[in-house]
Amino acid sequence: MRSPVSSPVSCGEAAVVVRGLRVTTADGRRCLVDDASLELEAGEVLGIVGESGSGKTTLGLALLHHCRRGLRIGGGTIRVAGRDLGGAAPGDLRQLRGRLVCYVPQDPASALNPALRIGTQLAECLEPRARRDRTRLLDLLRAVKLPPQANFLESFPHQLSGGQLQRVAIAMAFANRPRLIVMDEPTTGLDVTTQAHVLETVRQLCGQHAVAAIYVSHDIAVVAAIARRVAVVYAGRIVEIGPTERVLRHPAHPYTRALIHAVPDIDDATPVSGIPGHAPEAGAESSCCSFAPRCTLAVDACRERLPALVVIAAAHEVRCPRSADPEPVPPRGPVAVRAASVRPLLAAHGLRAFYGRREVLHGVSFAVGAGECVALVGESGSGKTTLARCIGGLHGEAGGSMTFHGETLPLDTRRRSAAARRRIQYIFQNPYGSFNPRRSIGASLALTLAQFETLSGSERRAKVLAALDQVSLPASMADRYPRDLSGGQRQRAAIARALITDPELLVCDEITSALDVSVQAVITVLLSELQRERGLAMLFVTHNLAVVRGIAQRVVVMQEGNLVEEGPTDAVMRRPQSDETKRLLRDAPRFTAKARGCDTL
Amino acid sequence: MSAAARSAARSAWTVRSVPAWMRGARAFFARGGAIWGAALTAAVLLVVAIGPFVAHYSPIDFVGAPFESPSLDMPLGADIMGRDVLSRVLSGGTVILSLSALATVLGVALGGLLGISAGYLKGAADDLIMRTLDVLLAFPQTILALLFVSVLGSSFLLIALLVAAIHAPQVARVIRAAALRVAGEDFVEYAKGIGIPPLKIMVREIVPNVIGPLLVEGGLRFTYSIALIAGLSFLGLAQDPPAANWGLMLNENRIGLTQNPWAVVVPVALIAILTVGVNLLTDAYGSWAVQGNRPGAPQPADIKAAEILDGPL
Amino acid sequence: MAILILRRLALGFLTIFMVSVLVFAATEVLPGDAARAVLGRGANATTLAALRRQLHLDAPVPVRYERWLGDLLTGHLGVSLVNGEPVAALIGPRIVNSAVLLGLTGLIGIPLSIAVGILAALKRDQRLDRVLSIVTLVLAGVPEFVVGIGLIVVFATVVVQWLPPVSMVAPGTSVLSKPQILVLPVATLVLVIFPYVFRMTRVTMIDVLDSDYMEMASLKGLPRSRLVLVHALPNAVSPTIQVVALTFAYLAGGTVMIEYLFGYAGLGQGLMDAIEVRDIPMIQAIVLLLASVYVILNVAADVASILVTPRLRRGRSWQAA
Repeated sequence: MRSPVSSPVSCGEAAVVVRGLRVTTADGRRCLVDDASLELEAGEVLGIVGESGSGKTTLGLALLHHCRRGLRIGGGTIRVAGRDLGGAAPGDLRQLRGRLVCYVPQDPASALNPALRIGTQLAECLEPRARRDRTRLLDLLRAVKLPPQANFLESFPHQLSGGQLQRVAIAMAFANRPRLIVMDEPTTGLDVTTQAHVLETVRQLCGQHAVAAIYVSHDIAVVAAIARRVAVVYAGRIVEIGPTERVLRHPAHPYTRALIHAVPDIDDATPVSGIPGHAPEAGAESSCCSFAPRCTLAVDACRERLPALVVIAAAHEVRCPRSADPEPVPPRGPVAVRAASVRPLLAAHGLRAFYGRREVLHGVSFAVGAGECVALVGESGSGKTTLARCIGGLHGEAGGSMTFHGETLPLDTRRRSAAARRRIQYIFQNPYGSFNPRRSIGASLALTLAQFETLSGSERRAKVLAALDQVSLPASMADRYPRDLSGGQRQRAAIARALITDPELLVCDEITSALDVSVQAVITVLLSELQRERGLAMLFVTHNLAVVRGIAQRVVVMQEGNLVEEGPTDAVMRRPQSDETKRLLRDAPRFTAKARGCDTL
Repeated sequence: MSAAARSAARSAWTVRSVPAWMRGARAFFARGGAIWGAALTAAVLLVVAIGPFVAHYSPIDFVGAPFESPSLDMPLGADIMGRDVLSRVLSGGTVILSLSALATVLGVALGGLLGISAGYLKGAADDLIMRTLDVLLAFPQTILALLFVSVLGSSFLLIALLVAAIHAPQVARVIRAAALRVAGEDFVEYAKGIGIPPLKIMVREIVPNVIGPLLVEGGLRFTYSIALIAGLSFLGLAQDPPAANWGLMLNENRIGLTQNPWAVVVPVALIAILTVGVNLLTDAYGSWAVQGNRPGAPQPADIKAAEILDGPL
Repeated sequence: MAILILRRLALGFLTIFMVSVLVFAATEVLPGDAARAVLGRGANATTLAALRRQLHLDAPVPVRYERWLGDLLTGHLGVSLVNGEPVAALIGPRIVNSAVLLGLTGLIGIPLSIAVGILAALKRDQRLDRVLSIVTLVLAGVPEFVVGIGLIVVFATVVVQWLPPVSMVAPGTSVLSKPQILVLPVATLVLVIFPYVFRMTRVTMIDVLDSDYMEMASLKGLPRSRLVLVHALPNAVSPTIQVVALTFAYLAGGTVMIEYLFGYAGLGQGLMDAIEVRDIPMIQAIVLLLASVYVILNVAADVASILVTPRLRRGRSWQAA
């Protein structure tokens, strides 16, 4: 629970005031952030939400008056506690960094110097006088719930876990009680429980020390859990900014609305919907609304002029001429998920898997019915991917047995019959590695087809185009090369490649984890449709419990190589039996109001 | 159609009419290094190709006094035996260039084959191949060349094979690293998963994706072949007198540097220009391919590995 | 960590062993009758047979190898076929001379190249960096004897005559007694290793400067001197050590051309002389020596790398929390 914070008022000016901030490439040709304005009070957390290429990270760094190589700040003012960062001389700016404004990076493992001890790197943040003060350093550790011991200070970054490294980064940021902290997706890559703890720590410290914080993220749920206000960024511009509660319940900008519809809610089985098309490349400036090509409400005015940021309610601004009547997000109703047939398609008995001598799967048994979608969930390290790979026949060192249609299925794909190989298809997580970059998409699909059927050239082409059509990819894609496609398009092509063999079981290994939220929704919708239309069975591996409801009939929960719970989705999500499932459900970030306690920080 | 749409359509048409390879070539030659590299290399190649046909005298005839100064008749003067330096220079690059080219092609082909096999097959095959090559790699390359040439003699084919054998381990090491990277990609695992046999995978999936590193290694190896073979010639181990060979000329005529420097300066300059030109071209290709991120291009990691492992040439 | 180092050492020993086999095979077993090669074409059968017996060429191959290896390990490097003197005595002074040459090259060339490389990385894309990059690119491809001849032409014969064109000393005198003969050979070798060491140092340094932890450190507001000295340099050490060791290893082999060119009385020249007259024991001894030094330097590079990387020095200990 969060305690109310008394925010000290300083001469009427907010702690952080940004006006018209603009970041361009060094030659001025491309603009990554345009006309960004925001205000923050002391102790307040503002979330900046956007997808990849939206410029949110660039914006976050720019608030420290810093940009990556090849970029420069092209305009605007940044005032923190009354100091103008833009006007400061380089020497002064260096002084201000680390004392007035601090940064928490996305990947702490690469952000900490591997050659220096933790204590050294922590001490650097303090003023020269305090650097030798051991007690001060240990206090810092204690504040972020790390072991306040001397030998912890002596250790090197590689000896710590991801969560510990991130806490060190947070300790470094809060060391000098700065006025502004910019956090760039600091909990990506951490498991949900650690993530929840880290968020709690940050909330506490912000409140305790009246620090204004900016939290950049692509994950709305996480932002909703921590930020009192939120700004939505699209193509380098802030399209909506306002109190979190209000923006999430009454989103004014069509993009915000679409984004919220695309995020799966863990407590709600309403199907998600994605946003067709794809976001413009970073730096592609336009003199009109960037979202217009994908917007269902767009009118000519949107395509001719850039809409200005307009105040529509208390502290709620939006950049859209069609926001006049913001509608509340329609309450989502449950969707009827197709009941599964009882006929078992694939059954696993006592599956074991090894990496060298280490056993990572300890005797897992379960079954997938024909036409049924089973979600395989767990944290990283739980063995879910290894289990999926075993079923796909891609993991060499395995033991136990499997049956397919009642007949024995060899564990290694090299020993499987061609029929088995074509009926069980595997789709990989990373869209950027699953196609040979030297072959066109059509040729890759044709190659898969040729492996299982002998057809004439025209018959093959017809089947390739049919498969592409099934995943809503235009026929022109067949002659394109993988590098011409976006991540979402490549994943769809991968699904088409799997479908072309007319499979019975699709093994999807976290196929949406590497994609933006709006694109994820497109893929999950597609998969649900395919499952219904073709009666496909699916094994859907994911670490995000929220996705499960919209797509799976049954859930299997994994922990450290063991199957700890299994059952129909609804039952498992509402009445979890095992501790692990309970933990996952409890610690998953949510953004619907009913799950949050009070609606003010 | 609005004006904007019409001009957009027009520019789309223009772009499409320039073939992709031409656009790539333009980008390549936009780099200064590429132009110089191409020019220098072409210049020397021209000399080697046309030289023997335009020489005034035969390279082995005695036509003047030893180290005679340049004159209209012999623009570069005479060498230690009184032969026309210009004529010898015009014929002196043929063996060096052809040997280098042959040795490079053989070496890169063999090394590439071994590297791809080791990188894809992994396990026991990988260990066997690489441990064997490690023994060859344990020798300083010059010493290895000297050892074998001195024992086996200096026939054209033998030297080509020897230099190829010296290149192969180095190429194998670099290509293995690239092949390992490619073999770890999902599309290779997918191919295995649907049952494509290993040989087909190596040929269809891996080879096209390591062409880039192969070309870079090829360029580096070519430069080194020239250096090594010219060096062997200099030491008198490649061709016997009275053959016209730039390296040999260097050795023969350095005694008369004060009398007729051209007998040394011109061959040495030609060797230098050739190696610099090829090196510039290779470097330009490497950075162009990496930047363009073309499929099959070498990754920055591959180039770095090549540079570190190759050592100071 | 200790296991890693021991493994590397063991591999090194094995490699030297294999190298000895290869050297032996090359000189004793391959075609080209050694006895005929030594005595020339005019030799008659009796002398050939006598020489064969003297060289133990009649014994089976593994026995010959064993005998040769055993001799080596007990310090008997054999007897020169040219003048009958023990090889060890002949190559002793040559070893010293080559060591002087390589030592001076290393002492001057490596710190210079590294310093310039770091400087170029710190001033990336500015005038100095661009000029240096072009110069090293041009210099990189040129063979070492071409560089040597170029220097001779410019500094010793044609353009000016400040330095001696050859670096010969009377037998028995130390090379250090006439330091001016060392200038051109050392300068040549320094010019040869400069492009490589410079480029590797620059690339390593740029990699480090571009890393996330450097960005993070600068966002902490640290002064530039601390950024470079405390944060950047320690991470650039490991790859640099490898480069330095590989450079020395290269020099061990590349010295041959230079010594021959300058007439310098080192191991390289000794090898060339031995090859010319087919003095097999000399060839074997020198090649084995140079190759072993090469292997040892490579092993040293790997071991130093391991010692310098904290990650490999100790395992993970705080992971549980």
